[in-house]
Amino acid sequence: MAIGNAGDEPSKQGAIQAARALLGDWLQASIGAEAGAWLAEALAPTEDRQAIDLAFGLAPRRLGKRSLSDDAERRAHAAALLPGWDPSLWAVDEAARVLIAAQAADVDGATLDRLARHADIAEQVALYRGLPLYGPQLDLHDLLGRGLRTHATPVFQAIAHRNPWPAAHLDEHRWNHLVLKALFMEISLTPLIGLQARANPALSRMAQDYADERRAAGRQVPDDLWHCVRPEDTPHTRPGQAA
Amino acid sequence: MFIDPHAHMISRTTDDYQAMAEAGIVALIEPAFWQGQPRTHVATYEDYLAAIMGFERFRASQFGIRHYCTVGLNSKEANDEALAEAVMEILPRFALKEGVVAIGEIGYDEQTELEDRYFRAQLELAKRIELPILVHTPHRDKKKGTDRSLAVCAEHGIDRSMVIVDHNNEETIDAVLDGGYWAAFSVYPTTKMGKARMVSLMKQYGAERVIVNSACDWGISEPLAVAKTAALALESGVSPEAVHLACYANALAAYGQSGQMHESDWLEPLAIDQRQDFEGNSILRGGAEPEVRTRKVQQRAA
Repeated sequence: MAIGNAGDEPSKQGAIQAARALLGDWLQASIGAEAGAWLAEALAPTEDRQAIDLAFGLAPRRLGKRSLSDDAERRAHAAALLPGWDPSLWAVDEAARVLIAAQAADVDGATLDRLARHADIAEQVALYRGLPLYGPQLDLHDLLGRGLRTHATPVFQAIAHRNPWPAAHLDEHRWNHLVLKALFMEISLTPLIGLQARANPALSRMAQDYADERRAAGRQVPDDLWHCVRPEDTPHTRPGQAA
Repeated sequence: MFIDPHAHMISRTTDDYQAMAEAGIVALIEPAFWQGQPRTHVATYEDYLAAIMGFERFRASQFGIRHYCTVGLNSKEANDEALAEAVMEILPRFALKEGVVAIGEIGYDEQTELEDRYFRAQLELAKRIELPILVHTPHRDKKKGTDRSLAVCAEHGIDRSMVIVDHNNEETIDAVLDGGYWAAFSVYPTTKMGKARMVSLMKQYGAERVIVNSACDWGISEPLAVAKTAALALESGVSPEAVHLACYANALAAYGQSGQMHESDWLEPLAIDQRQDFEGNSILRGGAEPEVRTRKVQQRAA
């Protein structure tokens, strides 16, 4: 598993730029001409922080909230550019906010952080869905840490589900806590990218301890808990097996 | 189906949310307000505003209640000039967020010069960005304070249909309704306005431009005030149409002028809103986890 492989940066940067272009085209194909004109202006390169703040807030009013167009070809292209990346379930305002946040990230980390510090729930969802597009030059761990501490399920899902960034960038400790928190919040592990590749003995142990804790409390053990446990790390028996 | 257009849920518990949902509240508005103790830093204010449009909105959604808010510098904190100046600078950024349905609650407390200055500045902000205004009428010297609030709104050329005047009573209702404004009433167990008094007012004045709310907050107050007042009104012979206006439709019409609050938000939530976890919809969860979320209220009273 490549975790922050610095040697790959130029090609990574190229893939990110291609992914942004793909998302921009997909978005333009999903909205009308008037909305498209507003978007083009909003995405023109700028260092004006207030203009970025404003565009970020106004996106749903200007573009509406319908889904991106159903487009299997673009979906496949997205996954080819950034393995695991799938924006096909995003709404147009979310896609626009991701691109505006990417524009903020291009200015500097503080400009992106400024958006995050005043973000409502929907804005936070967009900010975290956009993680794979911000570029390797920024240290996003602090931003991510704040997101992981949330109790708002949509925000946590934006990080955990269909998002290739965490598996590619988090160290083992933080990755394990992300998975454990998903279990704790009763959020499915199925849409986590990299679950099998990042499996490790510590996570197997934590998940099994959590299963024991649930059983002791007379609570159901989520079926997909076992998706993050490696078979070779199972001293405990699985449900239905004899002790 | 009821709307509580004035509820400070940040000060309330999940039991309150559950009871409100069971009583038929489908949407509520959380006005920015005085938290009982002064904020002394603008950053505290920013975090508060972010909380009422962030985590509080999520909390409400868990009970199937749509949560909107208003933003503003309240009259008490307007007296801290350094804070007030800083808050005025950050307000526009929050005022344009989704689900912000008014500038408020603003107005007078002690009727000081500073309160007057920031009330006027916020009226101008609301006018510029075309948001309704929620006016908090003072608890003391109420009649004069209310008249003064109306006069200042008129002086700034504010469209009367964009002004909701709150915490009215028998002494202020004539001026507010005659002036063409929305007249809101906070039904509180002991102060402000009682349920029986509210029903008498509905009988006497009808329900045109009348709005009932709970203003429930950190004090002794009643999150079910709207539903209970509606029940008492119906029992007392007020028409169902009038109850519907005062406890639902008028609030929607007044705050809907923001363009940020639509009946379809709760009657026909979009797929995107379901992805925001409204009513605990779980389409993003891959359908793998159990449907055990006892805190969520699936069935609401009609």
